[in-house]
Amino acid sequence: MTPSPPHTEIFIQPSKRWVGLDVAELWRYRDLLIILMMRDVKLRYKQTALGIVWVVLQPLIAAIIFAIIFGRFAQLPSGNAPYLLMVFSGLLPWNLFAGALQRAGNSLIGDTRLISKVYFPRIAIPLASSFSVLVDFAVALVVMFFLLLIEGWPLTPNLLALPILVVCALLVSIGVSLFFSALNVYYRDFMYALPFVIQVWMYASPIVYTVEIVPEALKPIYALNPMVGVIEGFRWALLGSGEFPVVPLAISILFGVGLFIAGTFVFQRVEQSFADVI
Amino acid sequence: MTDIAVQVENIGKAYRIAHSTGRRDYKTLQEDIVQLLKRPFGRSDTNAHMETFWALKDLSFTVLRGEAIGIIGHNGAGKSTLLKILSRITKPTEGHAKVSGRVGSLLEVGTGFHPELTGRENVYLNGAILGMLRRDIDIHFDEIVAFAEIEQFLDTPVKRYSSGMYMRLAFAVAAHLKPEILIIDEVLAVGDAAFQKKSMGKMSDAAHSGRTVLFVSHNMSAIENLCTRVLWLDGGRLRAEGSATSIVKQYMDAVERGDLTTRGRSRVQIKRVWLQDEHGQVATTFTPGDTIDIRIAFSTQERFEQPYFSVTIESRMGSVCCANMVFDGRNPAAIEGDGVIGCVFRNMPLMPQPYTVRLVVYSSDAEQYLYESQEIARFNVVGAMSDYAMLGERADHFAQYAVPLVMPYEWLLPDGTCEPVALTRTESAR
Repeated sequence: MTPSPPHTEIFIQPSKRWVGLDVAELWRYRDLLIILMMRDVKLRYKQTALGIVWVVLQPLIAAIIFAIIFGRFAQLPSGNAPYLLMVFSGLLPWNLFAGALQRAGNSLIGDTRLISKVYFPRIAIPLASSFSVLVDFAVALVVMFFLLLIEGWPLTPNLLALPILVVCALLVSIGVSLFFSALNVYYRDFMYALPFVIQVWMYASPIVYTVEIVPEALKPIYALNPMVGVIEGFRWALLGSGEFPVVPLAISILFGVGLFIAGTFVFQRVEQSFADVI
Repeated sequence: MTDIAVQVENIGKAYRIAHSTGRRDYKTLQEDIVQLLKRPFGRSDTNAHMETFWALKDLSFTVLRGEAIGIIGHNGAGKSTLLKILSRITKPTEGHAKVSGRVGSLLEVGTGFHPELTGRENVYLNGAILGMLRRDIDIHFDEIVAFAEIEQFLDTPVKRYSSGMYMRLAFAVAAHLKPEILIIDEVLAVGDAAFQKKSMGKMSDAAHSGRTVLFVSHNMSAIENLCTRVLWLDGGRLRAEGSATSIVKQYMDAVERGDLTTRGRSRVQIKRVWLQDEHGQVATTFTPGDTIDIRIAFSTQERFEQPYFSVTIESRMGSVCCANMVFDGRNPAAIEGDGVIGCVFRNMPLMPQPYTVRLVVYSSDAEQYLYESQEIARFNVVGAMSDYAMLGERADHFAQYAVPLVMPYEWLLPDGTCEPVALTRTESAR
């Protein structure tokens, strides 16, 4: 047998403090990313009796409860749209964000065995977990269109902006998720902090209410929440309500890109010693 | 094209060991915040109770393309750390290495198998983890399935596989990866004797077909059979390298003399640990119900009155059983200089699984650790459950994950019959 020329030359050297994301390497492992993502999706509903029905039920029941409590009992205003549509259109991007955060946050701990036994770009694990939420999102989006149809709510050309808004929501989600997943390896506190963070963040975002009821004085601070622009954008696209939220969305994109870049750097930095700590 | 497959230069790997906090390596945020408030500008590694431990130091060597290199040394010599660095699981603290060619590591067969996923799904998952693309796996898929002989069970979750099927599939995936540099740790040699033979054969194929192989093992005859050259690690440094026969001989001599580096700040040094069967034969593989005789050769500069030894057998699931002088009180009056202590577990009803042995030596007040190691020895228990009047393949599969220690028990059935169960060999299997 004649030895084939080497495909790869690997240099192994001590950790550097800050390294960027090796996009070329991640691309070589693209199939791993897809397979890990499919694994996450399959495993989640594998031994449940209702399976994929949960994906429909979870946001729907949440939306109905919110509609009864906040819409009926508390009489919160819902703009010009029915309360159920208003809250569901807010829950769509929110569940994408919260789901990604929740799953990616604990993803590395769940794959301890892999990390300590085989090499592959570690970032594939939280990325795959975040992306797997897209499946739930797609199903929920179908439910949204059903609700719009039942209510007889007209669709507008605004809808064309939806893909951009989804990318934006993903950027924010992944950025925050990378921070949490990496830090969780070192400080298990984050595992316990995460549900609170998500809950507080939810009420700090216009999901059960609209931005109109936020006091003027608080608005500048409120707009710093990167999910505000995304959620408003979703409402604008799906319900045609309000104006296109230029400033909040610009803030979301800015934060999204910033968080994503910072998140990858922090992740890459701590990644180098995962196997020694986990 | 270069003929050097692996070039290692002055590699060192340091671990920081927390002394007061013991085994927990990860921190709570509170600890770090307190640390930060105490010394806002200090580096966190100036932590008083942290100690640096060099698992590897100043290690340099070269492996030529097509060579089969054996790496030997006693537990804690740095072998596994070296493999982890070369397979990029962990980073070195200093020095650097150049690896030319695709690396495939068999640190543990079946890593990345998920019990809930089907055989088919796991082949793709495992292949992708080992660095294959979907289309590479597509090409080899039928071959892998045929090699593993699991065609009918492709769409069954692997948790329902027998251990034999599980191992065959895992090994098939790894064997068909065809890396240019194959890194093997002997832990893969779990499973039954037939499977061990099969995997040794596959490794030997790899070594003799011009593939570069790095092979870590305690099995000296396997090393001599497979390897052209051997590196001997001792205390994290390269002690000697050369032809397999001569290095293995030197190593065995050093083991006999107890001339091996022991490290750490423990006040009792462990020179050598070996396991024996009931006939006094040195062994690392046992069958359920065998006597496991653990011998520990120690050495100490000081004299310690009334020390306590504690020997624990551990499985993947945690501690199995323990012999502890702290409460049995059968401790030696004193130890000084060189000596051997033995701990015999008779007729151990252990399930076929891999096990490790943990040793702690305490001072007379049972408060100070004179020696502590998570793993002073490893052994495997192998056997077919059908030899013990249990069910066949299904019992073999469950045995891998079952509670490892099976004390004899009796079922009293509704019809009044009494069914005794014990891990003792049936007459026909003897």
